[in-house]
Amino acid sequence: MSTMDFKTFSELLGLYADYAMVCDSDQWEQWPDFFVDQGVYRLQPRENFEQGLPLCLIDLQSKNMIRDRVYGVKETMYHDPYYQRHIVGTPRIISSSNEHGVERICAQANYAVIRTKYDGESTVFNAGFYSDTIVRTPSGLKFELRLCVYDTEMVPNSMIYPI
Amino acid sequence: MPGQFQAFPTNPQWEGDGTSRVPFWAYTRPDLYQRELQRFFYQDHWCYVGLEAEIPNPGDFRRTVVGERSVIMVRDDLGQVNVVENVCAHRGVRFCRERHGNVKDFFCPYHQWNYKLNGDLQGVPFRRGVKQDGQINGGMPKDFKPEDHGLTKLKVACRGGVVFASFDHDIEPLEDFLGPTILNYFDRVFNGRGLKVLGYRRQRIQGNWKLMQENIKDPYHPGLLHTWFSTFGLWRADNKSELKMDARHRHAAMISTRGKGGKNEQVVSGVDSFKETMKLNDPRLLDIVPEPWWGEPTVVMTTVFPSLIVQQQVNSVSMRHIQPNGNGSFDFVWTHFGFADDSPEMDQRRLIQANLFGPAGFVSADDGEVIEWSQEGFKQKPNHRTVLEMGGHAVEDTEHMVTETLIRGMYKYWREVMEQ
Repeated sequence: MSTMDFKTFSELLGLYADYAMVCDSDQWEQWPDFFVDQGVYRLQPRENFEQGLPLCLIDLQSKNMIRDRVYGVKETMYHDPYYQRHIVGTPRIISSSNEHGVERICAQANYAVIRTKYDGESTVFNAGFYSDTIVRTPSGLKFELRLCVYDTEMVPNSMIYPI
Repeated sequence: MPGQFQAFPTNPQWEGDGTSRVPFWAYTRPDLYQRELQRFFYQDHWCYVGLEAEIPNPGDFRRTVVGERSVIMVRDDLGQVNVVENVCAHRGVRFCRERHGNVKDFFCPYHQWNYKLNGDLQGVPFRRGVKQDGQINGGMPKDFKPEDHGLTKLKVACRGGVVFASFDHDIEPLEDFLGPTILNYFDRVFNGRGLKVLGYRRQRIQGNWKLMQENIKDPYHPGLLHTWFSTFGLWRADNKSELKMDARHRHAAMISTRGKGGKNEQVVSGVDSFKETMKLNDPRLLDIVPEPWWGEPTVVMTTVFPSLIVQQQVNSVSMRHIQPNGNGSFDFVWTHFGFADDSPEMDQRRLIQANLFGPAGFVSADDGEVIEWSQEGFKQKPNHRTVLEMGGHAVEDTEHMVTETLIRGMYKYWREVMEQ
């Protein structure tokens, strides 16, 4: 594990906390803003990840594609309403570099997402880890890549909101 | 119509000889479900087990299911594909716990019984007893014949790289089972070229397994439920299309050619899902490049009863495997693939278009949701029935998609086999 100064680490914690809160509080339109323009979001089953198979559950290869997903979530996908709640572990710093004036952090963190449907109990919906590449931009830390690798073997029917 | 206060059937009878009204109890009765497993999944039908590309080398195996029965698809030393049941002949242990891998033989950890890759029993520890103080203790009786205690072997049919299996060794050939019409659409995808597995997606849907067959025999819903299909013209009522079945109406192909999309009052007026002003921020999501093997249609969705859906929707191709577990639940496993000669650009295109499909897909996520909601309605009052009268009452091939004829066809077959 790499180390970094506390100020940067604190900013990273803030990024993770803000991301989780946006995912959990219906503020989908803010979700793309956590990414750089060329940012990539992937939600991938662990079996594909471990076998080197490229297929993801969701594979969004730009901030614009993430915007298209937001439109889908908000406007086009019929689904059961549900609440979700992210529990995100403390990030583990894999590397931290500053090359050609670009400050870049690679970090990982475990997560669990709890889903609650109307009239239902709260159940673990998706569990996995984030594997992220983050860069510093004039507007703060942003994801170049957020890869979510999930253990959950069977998606309980469908997955709509961002993880 | 039965009294609306009567939620539960006292003497469930399918009224009349048609299939445009399916009783809700056809989806909820455990006894019927067990009969379906027996008559559709365990005899007379070829069930999907996997792709040869998943087990390219001798010793490669992949665990999967036929109905609710755990089976292993394995390539033996001769290069043959075998399918054996994952139940040890000794004490019934489902011994294979890994989902895939490479082995020289199979063994059950409990008492170390050992099987060849074709399922033959080849080793039983202490079979001839254990020598102690000049005596032989125990051992299997002299009349124990290993050849009587192999794993259950399934009959296997491979076509174009796709592996089907059946517990029923007297089953008709796969080609006859599919029939010439469906075989034609099957071969359109699997014409002998190499396949490249892109990965898996798995979901558990709280609905009766038949609802998933019906979903892909129902061309009425896609242009209504699915914004992406109606808005971008991928599938809707004004597209040129054909619906075809095999002679027994169990399998079907929905064949269609993409239209221009946009606003045609007749098919989108009042349709909540149609979004006239919707534009993609990143057009790569629908960067469709026609492939020569398609011929004219841009989409062919093929249902192979009871276990498989073959999806070709523009550049996204997948096998969707229906794995029932109880009358009110099934697992739905997607194997997305491409072809061995695909360029890296085509790989990417297939992977990006895969965002439309699967448990989180722009299109397919809705299907799982509505299936669950149907099942909830069925459970609520099993004495009631559905209405499948779009396009009339007949079971027939059509040259349009404004009909539920394929579902009626499936239930015609279901009633014959189920004797309901």
